[in-house]
Amino acid sequence: MERIPILKMGDSLLVSIQVDMHDRLAMTLQEDLTNRIAETRARGVLIDISALEIVDSFIGRMLANIAGMASVLDASTVVVGMRPAVAITLVELGLSLPGVRTALNVEKGMELIGRNGNSRAH
Amino acid sequence: MPTGEWTAGDFIRRHSDTLLPNWVRHQRDSTSLRRDLISDRDLEQQSKQFLSLLPEAMRNGHTPDVNGPEWNSVRELLAEISQTRARLGFSPSETATFVFSLKQPIFEALRRDLKTDPERLAIETWNTTMLLDQLGLYTTEVHRKGRDEVIARQQEEMLELSTPVVKLWEGILALPLIGTLDSARTQIVMENLLQMIVETGAGIAIIDITGVPTVDTLVAQHLLKTVAAARLMGAECIISGIRPQIAQTIVHLGVELQDVVTKATLADAFAVALERLNLTVASRRAGVA
Repeated sequence: MERIPILKMGDSLLVSIQVDMHDRLAMTLQEDLTNRIAETRARGVLIDISALEIVDSFIGRMLANIAGMASVLDASTVVVGMRPAVAITLVELGLSLPGVRTALNVEKGMELIGRNGNSRAH
Repeated sequence: MPTGEWTAGDFIRRHSDTLLPNWVRHQRDSTSLRRDLISDRDLEQQSKQFLSLLPEAMRNGHTPDVNGPEWNSVRELLAEISQTRARLGFSPSETATFVFSLKQPIFEALRRDLKTDPERLAIETWNTTMLLDQLGLYTTEVHRKGRDEVIARQQEEMLELSTPVVKLWEGILALPLIGTLDSARTQIVMENLLQMIVETGAGIAIIDITGVPTVDTLVAQHLLKTVAAARLMGAECIISGIRPQIAQTIVHLGVELQDVVTKATLADAFAVALERLNLTVASRRAGVA
């Protein structure tokens, strides 16, 4: 079965969505990611959706759900690289993802996670 | 009285020498001719062309159906005249008078020609009226179409003019909005802004609404949508240029702008943006000292 790889970098997890998301794949990712967060005790999750061209309300809600689940497991989620068309679609759908933090690209996203991790360590 | 089959087309061709000067005179005397906008030479030229095309079209089609193919050349000429006059600033009725003023000279000539046949005279007068009415209405239609095109083009130009996204500093974009925000404009503004965020990698965008005359719930909602979309991409928005009246309106309407940073002037917003990027503006003299 098709799966989206979850990479571990230090104490954060990196997910890069390179294929079109369909509902089953989204559910699998949600399950895999929560398991990996619990296993690795990751503090941050970075989801790169720069290759994602089409979103619907289900995928939008899935992103919000992942962020919610991660925060329950004490990890912060950053969504990076959202395309303009995707952002407009989500806003029009009424999904402005209030609990999710965002960044323009992976670099800035990692910075955001790093800053968060440091503040927590202190 | 001519012998053989009497046709309107032949009639006009035979009388065109007298019809033309009469018609031009009628047009000149008419109060609705804009002498300030069109020269006598152009007027005569147009009248002459119309009179030469008219018999040709009438010979082919017996019934006055001006939408038929035999009327193509006449319609083309009228369309050209209408469009030129629309651009010159003629009103629709002033344009239609060009055709309607032909009635009197033709009727006069008809009366002379068909003196002996009153019944025929009545029929031909009616036919001519019908025909010229249709042609007159056609000019009005084309005139309106020409105006509509002008309006549509201007709207398009306004849209292009009014949505620039400028780069204030490395990582800071500004979007000075001018004019009322409606759904169509918001869409374009949003797309332009998000595209620029992608291209420049800017983390902060300042939306300046000094030039927006009124902010109602709909405009506020559009602004909030833009802010939310920019946030989803990872850029922060600051709304600036909120005038005192607009601040009052926003509160009276109960619009929630709590999640958005708002500032009174673009300068204040820029200061906030610099602070976010850990930058300061310092006086040179102070630096030397």
